[in-house]
Amino acid sequence: MSSITFLSINLPIVALLPFFGAIFAAWASKINRLASAWVAAFVTILALAFLAPSMALVFAGETLIQSWTWIPAIGLEFAFRLDGLALLFALLILVIGLLVIIYARYYLSKKDSMGRFFAYLLMFMGSMLGIVLSENLIQMVVFWELTSLTSFLLISYWQHRQDARAGARMALVITGGGGLALLAGVLLLGHVVGSYNLTDVLAAGELIRGHDLYLPILVLILIGVFTKSAQFPFHFWLPHAMAAPTPVSAYLHSATMVKAGIFLLARFFPVLSGTPEWTFLVGGAGLITFLLGAYFALFQHDIKGLLAYSTISHLGLITLLFGFGTQLAAVAAIFHIINHATFKASLFMVAGIIDHETGTRDMRRLNGLFKYMPHTAVLAMIAAAAMAGVPLLNGFLSKEMFFDQALTASNASVWAWAIPILVVLAAIFSVAYSLRFIHDVFFNGEPVDLPKTPHEPPRFMKIPVDLLVVICLAVGMIPMFTVAPMLAVAVAGTLQTTPPEYSLAIWHGFNIPLLMSFVALVVGVLVYTMRKRLFAWHESSVAHWDARIIFNAVLGALGTFANNVTRSFDKGSLQNASVWVIATALLAGFIGFTSVSAPLFGDRVLMPVDGVSVLAVAILMIASVLTVAWHRKRLISLVMLGVVGLIISLMFVKFSAPDLALTQLSVEIVTVILLLLALYFLPQTTPKETCDLRVSRDIVIAGLSGVGVTLLAMAVLTRDFAPISEFFLLNSVPGGGGTNVVNVILVDFRGTDTLGEIVVLALAGLGIFAMLQGMKLYAPERDTGGRLWNPDLHPEIMQTLTRLLLPLMIMIAIYIFLRGHNLPGGGFIAGLIAAVALIVQYLSNGIAWTNGRLKVDMHWVIGFGLLIATGTGLVAMGLGYPFMTTAFTYLNWPVVGKFEVASAIAFDLGVFLVVVGATVMSLVELGKLSNESHQAPTEPKLKSQEQPQVQPQAKLEQEAN
Amino acid sequence: MEWLISLAIGVLTASGVYLTLRARTFPVVMGLTLLAYAVNIFLFAMGRLTVGLPAVIDKTAGAVNIANHSDPLPQALVLTAIVIAFGMTAFLIVLALKARGELGNDHVDGLDVDSDNNVTKEVK
Repeated sequence: MSSITFLSINLPIVALLPFFGAIFAAWASKINRLASAWVAAFVTILALAFLAPSMALVFAGETLIQSWTWIPAIGLEFAFRLDGLALLFALLILVIGLLVIIYARYYLSKKDSMGRFFAYLLMFMGSMLGIVLSENLIQMVVFWELTSLTSFLLISYWQHRQDARAGARMALVITGGGGLALLAGVLLLGHVVGSYNLTDVLAAGELIRGHDLYLPILVLILIGVFTKSAQFPFHFWLPHAMAAPTPVSAYLHSATMVKAGIFLLARFFPVLSGTPEWTFLVGGAGLITFLLGAYFALFQHDIKGLLAYSTISHLGLITLLFGFGTQLAAVAAIFHIINHATFKASLFMVAGIIDHETGTRDMRRLNGLFKYMPHTAVLAMIAAAAMAGVPLLNGFLSKEMFFDQALTASNASVWAWAIPILVVLAAIFSVAYSLRFIHDVFFNGEPVDLPKTPHEPPRFMKIPVDLLVVICLAVGMIPMFTVAPMLAVAVAGTLQTTPPEYSLAIWHGFNIPLLMSFVALVVGVLVYTMRKRLFAWHESSVAHWDARIIFNAVLGALGTFANNVTRSFDKGSLQNASVWVIATALLAGFIGFTSVSAPLFGDRVLMPVDGVSVLAVAILMIASVLTVAWHRKRLISLVMLGVVGLIISLMFVKFSAPDLALTQLSVEIVTVILLLLALYFLPQTTPKETCDLRVSRDIVIAGLSGVGVTLLAMAVLTRDFAPISEFFLLNSVPGGGGTNVVNVILVDFRGTDTLGEIVVLALAGLGIFAMLQGMKLYAPERDTGGRLWNPDLHPEIMQTLTRLLLPLMIMIAIYIFLRGHNLPGGGFIAGLIAAVALIVQYLSNGIAWTNGRLKVDMHWVIGFGLLIATGTGLVAMGLGYPFMTTAFTYLNWPVVGKFEVASAIAFDLGVFLVVVGATVMSLVELGKLSNESHQAPTEPKLKSQEQPQVQPQAKLEQEAN
Repeated sequence: MEWLISLAIGVLTASGVYLTLRARTFPVVMGLTLLAYAVNIFLFAMGRLTVGLPAVIDKTAGAVNIANHSDPLPQALVLTAIVIAFGMTAFLIVLALKARGELGNDHVDGLDVDSDNNVTKEVK
């Protein structure tokens, strides 16, 4: 991709444009109710305009591929492809999408949110375009799942309706689940072929069909296809998805989304077809669906229900054609995709108009509408005739080809003679339900008890239907001058070879397919005339079979099962959950220890023990145990915790970790102050546990954990190892410009990690700030001994001393900061020291006094810190180096002499600021709280001394309520 | 010496685990702090114990002798871990305060098991 031309980047733009358009559509609804419709239409036209220049190339027989590497290690590319098949679908999606947008603008009522509708619709459009234009299969699956998600949003658009929510959930479960199967299938396919690119996959048909994994691949991909395209046994979600607004049904459930599965069948046709498994699975599912859909369509009373089952039936027809596996059958299938999209979308729009103008979709009440809306009626009649396969309409042409193929297939095996008969049977029902749609709604007496007086819809609501019906007529009468070029190129794209000879003529002479059409038409009319008796029979025997009951039962059982599993572990108690976690860790550790045959300890030479160390560790252990033993007296326990922390920092001193010792020391101070502040608002003691069993159980668990960790630590410490730190030690000075390797690792080698860590710290600080906003806690007046807290909040000696100390401490912080790159120190430690210096001021002088002199908002300090740290990394990127690359140089200043400056120091400054900001903010916010609550009860001093016991308790209860 | 350190880690872990399993927020926060200490020393010890050999390079000594320095990588990890542990402790203790403010007791599940009896005691 040396030079970027328009034709090398337009496909991703076409696919992604609707997603960006969705944002604008949602936003535009704030300006004006109709603005989002305009935005949606504009975006669709723009996408068409971006697609248009590529069309000439595709018609010339080229396949356009535009790809960018993304994650090459797992075969993921950002790759797009445009061939005849993709072009056909992209045009269907965009053109019908445009018509649906125009239609929906009139369909939606004033109460409906336009922005939400058009934003969802555009996102769906982008996802569909993504499927058909993807060259990389994994990328295609991502878009595939996006269509499931966006269709969920569209079906549940009327969120207040229970049926809409239930229908949307069912569609999501079925199609989303199918998407997972598809992903598995595609992964296997990529594993077999060695590439996820469609070009490679399409060239590897022989390899795939001969592979052991062929059957699993086929089954998994077909589950994806059948769920999406509502094929038996996954067909039942589609009728329930009719709870969606009608424009959605017209778009998703006739023209596009349900065709995504069909698209996939066509896409993989050259690779997967031509085996007995393919014929059996695809053909079988198609035939059953074709019959089932046609039968159930006749018995629906809801016009959208009729159209939904009819869609299922026609999708079955197309699937059956692909199942035949011949090239001519594929031609017929592609042709029927085009025809079905046009007549079914227009019929859905008519159903929407009827619903809109009469207020009902029940065919038992809708009668004789012809005289109220003749224009709409004529459109409906033509489209329904196309659906029934009446000559001179597009449906007739593809149905003739279909009958012809069914006859060809009847020679295949002993049982195949049944195929043409079953096909004609389904066609009879198709004629009958088409007739019912027209006769029941537009004729058949007078309307019954309609909520509104019907009339013709606004002119522009009919224009999309007009256009689609004109296409039906034009394709049906003069196919060679209308659909032929598009069909030819789409077929070539599907088959990936030169298409076979086929004829689009209207008249093929008197032959068996024509006879089949004739039989279907005549018997279909007869069936319709006998409908009363048929309906009665259907109601009494078949009607109560509903797949939804099974679906809900399965889903309910799954939910109960999951709930039971969860409940048996999580009883809503943190203690219980913690026991599970720790016990599981113990078990895993036990299995780990026992499953290895190697000796527990290695033979590394151990370090000699000295008396001071023994003493220090002994104090550490005693303090640790006392922290536990005295944990019910919280203040004393906290003091013990402080002892533990101090000994740990001594340990770091002893074992050559000066940076850690400094950090631990300063953190220890801050932690203890923090816990003291918090303890002020918490009970001073912990009540005795009521359950002795629990105490002994916990002692066992704790003991086992201690033993396990000791053994684990010992098992490691007695073995030699080869550290990866050699690199850091060798490159610290030449690469990072600093002699303190720990600091160079933090700010240079692993700078991105440190950036992440200071972000966490900043978030903790901000989180604390947010939690403490508006919180009111009432602190006790007296300590556990019943004594009043010392009223002298700010002792004068302490004030004087700390004020004197401040400059000294700040100076130390700066010193520690500056030397950090070369000697123990750095941003973290300096930040903590500076924070302690400031906190001491707050403690001794009070918050008001300190805030009056330190006019810095800690939010800004944190923000600037993050900005500086990230900025240092970005500067390196701007100069063409990877993120977080550092540079250093030597400067020679008078007096100071020659010294080294590394850009990492700027990063360290960011760390410093975040640490200071987050620490000071946490503690001062907590301190403020104690200030406020301390003043509240002491204000009426006398009163509170008289009756101190009632007031705080009452307030606490009020809070609790 | 290794035994000494391992035992220290073990005792800290046991104390931490026991306190973490308690029913009131303050001991749980203390327990987590102890556990954080144990984890930090454990991580630090993974670089093995060395005495008197900090990971600071002496430029005047010529070529870097790796055997003369402690392992800097676990130290760098533990340094940030200490600071993050502080952030976590601070967040948790404020969460505990918030819970008490909202629920009126300091039980970890917000249940008023024995009512907040020590508060009552304190005030009376």
